[in-house]
Amino acid sequence: MKLSPLNDRHHQLGARMAPFAGWNMPIQYVGIIAEHQAVREKGGIFDISHMGELEVVGPGVVRWLNRILTNDITSLVDGQGQYTLMLNSSGGVIDDLIVYRFSEERFFLVVNAARIQKDHNWLISRLGEECELKDRSDEFGAVAVQGPEVVAVWNKMEPARALPERNGIVEYDDGVVVCGTGYTGEDGFELFAPVETIVSWFDRFIAEGVTPAGLGARDTLRLEKCYPLNGSDLDEEHTPLEAGLGFFVKLDKPSDFVGREVLAYQRAGGLKRKLAAIAMTGKAPPVRHGYEVRDADGESILGHLSSGSLSPSLGKGIGMAYLDVDLCRPGTELSVAVRDRIFPAVVVKKPFI
Amino acid sequence: MNVPDDLYFSDSHEWVDPSSPEAASVGISDHAQAELTDVVYLELPEVGRTVSKGEAVAVIESVKAANDIYAPVSGEIVEVNEALAEAPEPVNEDPYGGGWMFKVKLANSGEVEGLMNAAAYRDTIS
Repeated sequence: MKLSPLNDRHHQLGARMAPFAGWNMPIQYVGIIAEHQAVREKGGIFDISHMGELEVVGPGVVRWLNRILTNDITSLVDGQGQYTLMLNSSGGVIDDLIVYRFSEERFFLVVNAARIQKDHNWLISRLGEECELKDRSDEFGAVAVQGPEVVAVWNKMEPARALPERNGIVEYDDGVVVCGTGYTGEDGFELFAPVETIVSWFDRFIAEGVTPAGLGARDTLRLEKCYPLNGSDLDEEHTPLEAGLGFFVKLDKPSDFVGREVLAYQRAGGLKRKLAAIAMTGKAPPVRHGYEVRDADGESILGHLSSGSLSPSLGKGIGMAYLDVDLCRPGTELSVAVRDRIFPAVVVKKPFI
Repeated sequence: MNVPDDLYFSDSHEWVDPSSPEAASVGISDHAQAELTDVVYLELPEVGRTVSKGEAVAVIESVKAANDIYAPVSGEIVEVNEALAEAPEPVNEDPYGGGWMFKVKLANSGEVEGLMNAAAYRDTIS
């Protein structure tokens, strides 16, 4: 099991730890609901040291990455980033990631912890001409600092360091990289620092009153915004179009890309299934990954929740499931089976909040 | 962690208050509620059900996980704390008071003796 450079801090703060993608990570400190609310209302800090950081350099990088990733990398200028996907040849999702442009010949990829090795192997086996790939994941510790007050906290703490624009990236002289991204739907940024300095960064944010938040709150925050979780909502059996991520798939960009053929076919012919957002309509137990989605009568099984949780903001159960497109219209009445009972649910427009 | 002297405890962290001659009250310990963190949903047994010691009788859910609650003693469920089904917060806030979950008419009062007393339970959680 890998330990984060912030591991001692988590224990000092009384975190409950659990394995996640091969890492021992904090699930919660005082409680998921309180941490969730802190991020929505003020500011929270998450350890994301498990995330992977890949750097791609060389004169062939733009051309090569544009053939591997679904979004159009040529639309980025220096200091910008974009959400994008890496697909297999059937159009299934290997990973969703953010690619940032430092310069025309140098890009920074932030990938999911569970997929670092897979992504690296996939990229190396297809490495383009005049490209070099470095896995820098072991060099960095990282925190996501999220919430309506955290930009003000940063500006007070670090008046000399300008934050990047939304989705952008800045690399400072001391090797610290800050990105204007997150996974909560709130304002904020992600900070990647050499492992030797990440603890002092973490301590400084805590000293400024930013609330430590665990992976539990990270999950409820992202689900309320319908941000997909790789391995749950995204996998190699479903395409990004089915997942509702068509905005990040540029079929009309100049270059071909891995998986394009299947996506072009789906877009032309229409989708058979889509990832629907489902809300519980009455008092119900929290719904969870894997629970059956049934018709309103509870008779036939229509699919399974790829994600599910209690929404702390809404006070009711929410989830997502791949369903037949005819069932994905908002207002469609369904039910979710919890243990041996069924509870009413309805398809709603994304996001939940 | 609060462990009242007059209660008995099971290995799975339920407490039993056998002081009433009619029926023993059951809930979960302060330690258990702290481990579970925010309880957001509670599924209680039906009144009239006969349960055996060790049988899963209720489900308690936090945001992150669902857990079974086991009958610490055998007998008939004669009353449940319906208020918790609507608002389970007392399980966290007052686990030995408003957080009581159900009452069991004991089939065998000797079973209580087989549970841990407060001192023994304190040892297991320390």
